[in-house]
Amino acid sequence: MKQGATKKGASKKEPAAGSNTAPTTEELIKFYKDMLLIRRFEERAGQLYGMGLIGGFCHLYIGQEAVVVGLQSCCKPGDSVLTSYRDHGHMLACGMDPNGVMAELTGRATGYSKGKGGSMHMFSREKGFYGGHGIVGAQVPIGTGLAFAHKYKGDGGLCMAYMGDGAFNQGQVYESLNMASLWDLPVLYVVENNKYGMGTSVERSSASTDLASRGVAYEVKTMSVDGMDVVAVRDAGLEAVEYIRAGKGPVLMEAKTYRYRGHSMSDPAKYRTKDELNKMRAEHDPIDNLRQTLINMKALDDEGFKAIDKDIKEVVVASAEFAQTSPEPDPSELWTDILVA
Amino acid sequence: MALDILMPALSPTMTEGKLAKWLVKSGDKVVSGTILAEIETDKATMEFEAVDEGTIGEILVAEGTEAVQVNAPIATLLADGEKAGAKPAAAAALKAAAPAPAQAKAVPQPTAAAPVGEAHYSTWKTQTVREALRDAMAEEMRRDPNVFLMGEEVGQYQGAYKISQGLLDEFGAKRVVDTPITEHGFAGLGVGAAFGGLRPIVEFMTFNFAMQAVDHIINSAAKTLYMSGGQMGCPIVFRGPNGAAARVGAQHSQCYASWYAHIPGLKVLAPWSAADAKGLMKAAIRDNNPIIFLENEILYGQSFPVPDEADFVLPIGQAKIEKPGKDVTIVAFSIMVGKALKAAEKLAQEGIDAEVINLRTIRPLDTATIMASIQKTNRCVTCEEGWATSGVGAEIAATIMEQGFDYLDAPVARVSGKDVPMPYAANLEAMALPQVQDIIDAAKAVCYR
Repeated sequence: MKQGATKKGASKKEPAAGSNTAPTTEELIKFYKDMLLIRRFEERAGQLYGMGLIGGFCHLYIGQEAVVVGLQSCCKPGDSVLTSYRDHGHMLACGMDPNGVMAELTGRATGYSKGKGGSMHMFSREKGFYGGHGIVGAQVPIGTGLAFAHKYKGDGGLCMAYMGDGAFNQGQVYESLNMASLWDLPVLYVVENNKYGMGTSVERSSASTDLASRGVAYEVKTMSVDGMDVVAVRDAGLEAVEYIRAGKGPVLMEAKTYRYRGHSMSDPAKYRTKDELNKMRAEHDPIDNLRQTLINMKALDDEGFKAIDKDIKEVVVASAEFAQTSPEPDPSELWTDILVA
Repeated sequence: MALDILMPALSPTMTEGKLAKWLVKSGDKVVSGTILAEIETDKATMEFEAVDEGTIGEILVAEGTEAVQVNAPIATLLADGEKAGAKPAAAAALKAAAPAPAQAKAVPQPTAAAPVGEAHYSTWKTQTVREALRDAMAEEMRRDPNVFLMGEEVGQYQGAYKISQGLLDEFGAKRVVDTPITEHGFAGLGVGAAFGGLRPIVEFMTFNFAMQAVDHIINSAAKTLYMSGGQMGCPIVFRGPNGAAARVGAQHSQCYASWYAHIPGLKVLAPWSAADAKGLMKAAIRDNNPIIFLENEILYGQSFPVPDEADFVLPIGQAKIEKPGKDVTIVAFSIMVGKALKAAEKLAQEGIDAEVINLRTIRPLDTATIMASIQKTNRCVTCEEGWATSGVGAEIAATIMEQGFDYLDAPVARVSGKDVPMPYAANLEAMALPQVQDIIDAAKAVCYR
């Protein structure tokens, strides 16, 4: 193969084309509600953690809501989704029940994993959510395998495999890109670049900070998108999904985003300035910006926003109540689910 | 009416013992709990207590007497008002309470007499282990379209060790997938495919290379069922040669049996014969759990009889007694089974009748078959190619101690690889690997011969 030639011939980094039709008002309102649910849910989870009701690790998704909400709107029933340990937002976006998610966070029998998984390990086959993986980067080959199964079965489905900028330096990510491209697997790799892998910035961890460009070596279609703009994410997602469903192989999408909270609840986030955070919140908050768009469009008035706030608050409060009042797992559960009978 | 006080059995295997010392004499009043005597077994000196109250009548066996049979009368116990010399009522013979055997758990009942899977097959053929593995995979791939094989050189090359010979031709590239050299990646991909409803067989060219993939085997395949509260089963077989081949040095010569046997959520199989390979591989592919299937390169070319039946499948978790015997139990798996059988032949020439157990499954361990054998032989030698430290033999020895301490007439002996990385030089490699003579020596040692 001569220099510069590519297997697919068309592999180059492309901005999101936005060739799809614009989202309807109803879709925008749904994005708003979905993002707000994640935000309020995560705030409540942070509160319960502080009260000692949630143990262990708890990685909040606050700030990054536009990424998963925008992309989930591009999925169809039968598609599969998986991510790392920062997974609460993805589960809610997949339509999983906030009660079951919150109850898993408090380690109760009514949680999605019967209280045996915790924050980082929840699943719902019914909703197409395949975890919730605690080993940084391990979800990427697993997602590639889910895509392999979609192709093998010919079910028309695809896999959205999310990872952070920290995971993107794991070797198994490149093993996955290679195999997915080699076999044209239906998978969308989403790098949620929130600028910090725990406390280490992308600049301090990555020889090239142009993360999407790494797909080029594997002849994977690459895209880069403003992950704080839910409509931009949705537009890029539609383009990626169309490409993947056409059987052209995987897509690598870098979504530039930002997390407002520390890496986990125990992270004081001293590695960045308060100014950086405040500027991001003031200028790029995905929920505030969409709210302004909806106001400008006169899609919702104050009463409309208040009603949404009230509804979401009720759902979140109910989930916290459910999570606190549900029983702990029966002691017999210690010994179940080790092997399939 | 006078009662006989009988020689007690102070362990489940005790048949006779020494009456070391009387602590009572004729005419002494005793009550329940009074220590009557000290009894020596071959293992320990135990105190022997009265159960009923009364007066010691006659001492029938003097202290210091050796080899007193269990249940032989050793004294008489008189009820109130009776005089010494009264005839004991044989029908009402009192067996003094023996102290409870020092066992935390009930000893599992022997199941070794149960069919071991292939005994009832009538038609047999001779096959190599290599052919048996291939046939097993091919039969299961015909049976279930969701079964596929992936790994390095499994397709066009026909298998680095020719285990997958002919499979690409029959099943095509969709189901016989040549992978890049990327163990971490394709092991994880296999796990994802299993989560997605397929039944992958992932071949590692050797299990040494699975070290690159061990995170997915343990953290992704073995634990996810539990972490998901039972939602996420992972039906996958990780297979390939394990242990030493010949002269390939330290990085390519290691037994991983104990590594994987440590992990809840995995099943670990290690066939020896072609019948083992065929029956266990089919069982592994049908099982809904992640399976570690440890083959052995040296065995690939060896021939064995295999049931020539369409649906020959062996049960997972059941060991096979390859050779019955009464003097010492030799527990082995994989290539060590052959060495154990050779050792047993030589031991027979020296009058030691060894029982050889082929574990077949390392996890879950068939402790019932092992314990039933120990109850019979009271002696055990474990054999493995891997290192002794935290090894399979260590696990077996601990299990025997926990479940059958009183059955042992000698400490369990472990035959294993020497505690060194595998050397390359032929003489050093032979020294590092457990040999037939090591098993013979260990068996004689536990028989005190």
